Amino acid sequence: MVSKIGVEVIIMKLLEYEAKDIFVEYGIPTSTGYVLEDVDNLKAILYKMGLPVVLKAQVLVGGRGKAGGIKFANTEEEAVQKAQEILNMKIKDLPVKKLLVNKPSQIEKELYVGFVVDRNKKKMTLLASTEGGVDIEQVAATAPDKIQRLDIDPIIGIQEFQCREVARRLGYAGKELRSLATIIYKLGRIMHDKDAELIEINPLAVTPEGFEALDAKLIIDDNSLYRQTEFKKDVKDTQEYTDIEKSAMEAGLAYVELDGDVGIIGCGAGLVMASLDVVNHYGGKPANFLDIGGGANAENMKKALEIITMKKGLKSIFINIFGGITRCDEIANGILDFKPSVPVYVRMMGTNEKEAKEILNKAGYELYQSMQEAAKAAVKGA
Amino acid sequence: MAILVNEKTKIVVQGATGHQGQFHSKRMKEYGSQIVGGVTPGKGGQMMGDIPIYDTVEEAGADASILFVPARMMKDAALEAISNGLSPVVCITEHVPVQDAMFIMEYAKDHGADVVGPNTPGLISPGKALLGILPPHIFKEGSVGLVSRSGTLTYEIIDEMTKGDIGQSTALGIGGDPVIGMDFISALERFEADKDTKAMVMIGEIGGDAEERAAEFIREHVSKPVVSYIAGRTAPPGKRMGHAGAVISGSSGTAEAKIEALNAVDVPVATMPNEVPELLREML
Repeated sequence: MVSKIGVEVIIMKLLEYEAKDIFVEYGIPTSTGYVLEDVDNLKAILYKMGLPVVLKAQVLVGGRGKAGGIKFANTEEEAVQKAQEILNMKIKDLPVKKLLVNKPSQIEKELYVGFVVDRNKKKMTLLASTEGGVDIEQVAATAPDKIQRLDIDPIIGIQEFQCREVARRLGYAGKELRSLATIIYKLGRIMHDKDAELIEINPLAVTPEGFEALDAKLIIDDNSLYRQTEFKKDVKDTQEYTDIEKSAMEAGLAYVELDGDVGIIGCGAGLVMASLDVVNHYGGKPANFLDIGGGANAENMKKALEIITMKKGLKSIFINIFGGITRCDEIANGILDFKPSVPVYVRMMGTNEKEAKEILNKAGYELYQSMQEAAKAAVKGA
Repeated sequence: MAILVNEKTKIVVQGATGHQGQFHSKRMKEYGSQIVGGVTPGKGGQMMGDIPIYDTVEEAGADASILFVPARMMKDAALEAISNGLSPVVCITEHVPVQDAMFIMEYAKDHGADVVGPNTPGLISPGKALLGILPPHIFKEGSVGLVSRSGTLTYEIIDEMTKGDIGQSTALGIGGDPVIGMDFISALERFEADKDTKAMVMIGEIGGDAEERAAEFIREHVSKPVVSYIAGRTAPPGKRMGHAGAVISGSSGTAEAKIEALNAVDVPVATMPNEVPELLREML
C-alpha cells in the first residue's frame, strides 16, 4: 500500500503466438506458424506452408474454439474466406485483430500440463493430466484422480527428477517419459524465469513425431514488469479492456466499468467494493469501480472524475473517502477543479476533514458523515 | 494481552528514511511503540530525530520488523529480518512480485517467523503498540480482535465499532495480495488463544477461498463468537477489483459462497459495514 498512484494495473496475458515464441526459446516443441492482421499475405504464406492449414484467432479470452475462432482449410480459397471470417469476428465482445496460421498436426492423444500459483499453499503447483484438450477445472471436478499435482519448493525451485516422477505417474516410460519430463521441466523454468502467474499447454498433443504444444497460455505477474521488461506493452495494445478502462490505466487508477448509472470513487479497494454493495443495497446500480488509492491528491481526484464521467448515461456520483494517508482538503479541491455535470454526493472522514467541508460547503456541496447516508442520497439523485 | 505486538515489543523499521518510513516511524513512536531503530543500508550512524539508523537489522536488537522498502527490495529485506530471528515481519509495501512473496513465506515457515502482508496496513494493539500505518485515533482499547483483507474498509468498520463503544484487542490487516503470510486462520487461532479477546470480526472480500477455509476452521477450533463482513457482493466475475487477489474466477471466489460458508458455521455476515457493531452486541 506504500507505492500508489502512477502504477499500472495490468493483467499481463500473452497471446498464443507470443507464448509459443517463448516455448521455442526454451526448446518446447511447438509450431509457431505465421501471424496475420489481414489476409493480404495469406496466399504467399500458404505457398510456403502448403495445405491444409488451421487458422486460429488470437484473443485473450477462453472459449475461442466454441465461438468459431478456430477453422481448418483445405484449399486456398477456403483459407482466404475463413481467415477473413475470423478477422471480422468478435469473441466475447473482443474484436479479433490477429490470426495465427499453423499446420494441422496428426493428434493421437491430448495431455494437459500447467503451473498455477496456489495461494493457499503459497507455492507454484504443477497440474498434469492425460485428459487434455478440455478445461482442466472440468477434469478436476469430474475425474480428480486423473490429475497429477506437484508443489514446487519456492526456495530450491523445480527439479528434473520431480518431472520424471510426474511423467511416470501419468503412465509414460522410456524415451517418451524423458521427453515429457523435459517439457514439464522447461515449462516450470519459464514459470519461474518469466515471473508467470499461470502457464498452460492445453493440449499437449502426442503426434507421430512426438509431443507438441498445440496451444499456449501465459500470464505474467504485472508486479514483476520492472524486471520482465520484454513484456511491457502499451495499454492501447491490450484487447481486454474498454476505452475508459484503458484511460484509467494510463492514469494509474484501478477502474472497472460496470453497467449502472451511479458513478463511484473511493480510496482503498475494500472500501470501494463496499460502496458498490451499499449503493446496490439501496436499489442503485453502480456505473463503475474506481479506487484512487491512498494518499491521492487534487490532480488524482480530478482525473478520477474525468474518467468516470466518460461513461455515457451517468446520473449521479458517490465519492467515499476515509482519509488515513489521504488528505480530505486535497480531494475537495480536486472535485472543485473538475465541476462534474451530474450531482455529486460526498462522504469524507479523516485527515483535514474540516478544511474539506469548508471548501465544499462554499461551493454548494453537502458533505455526508456516513457512507450509508451518502449512498442513499446518490441513489435517490440518480 | 493482545496478539503479535504489545508495548514491550522492540521494533525496527526497515526503509525508515524514505518518505513513508519517516512519517510512520514517527507516528508509531508517538503512539507508544518501542521503535529501537531504523535500517537503511549506507545510512548507518545517522539519527532520524531520536531514532538511530543502522546499516543492518543485526545491529538494531529488535524483536519485530516493519518494512517500507520498495517492492523490488522486499525479498532481500524480509529475508534479512527473518534470518535475524525477528517476528512478526510486517511488509507494508504493495506490488511485491508473487514469486518473491512465495520465497519469503517458505523461508519464514522454515524459520518459524510470522509474516504479515505484503500489501497490508499492518496491525495495532490499541493502547499498547502500533506496527503499521493504520490511523491510530479511530481505535479504542477493548476485547474484540479484528482481522481483515482490506485497509480502508477496516478503518470504516473500526470507526463504527469505536463509536458504538466496542474496543479492540488487536486489529490486523493481512493484506490484499494472492500470496500473503498470516491469513484468517492463523489470526483466528491467535485470537482464540488470547485471554483478552472475547469476540472476533473477520472482514473478507471476493477472490480465493480464504473465507471458506476460515469457516471450516471456526467450526472445528473457535469457541468465541465471530462476526463477519464480506465486500464485493455486486462485483462482476473476471475483473480484479483493485486488490490483486480480489477477483472472481469462474464460479469460485464469489461473496455468496463465502457468506453461505460462514452462515453455515453460525457466523453472521453484516449486509453493510455499519451493522457490524450491532451483530457484535447480539453475540457478546
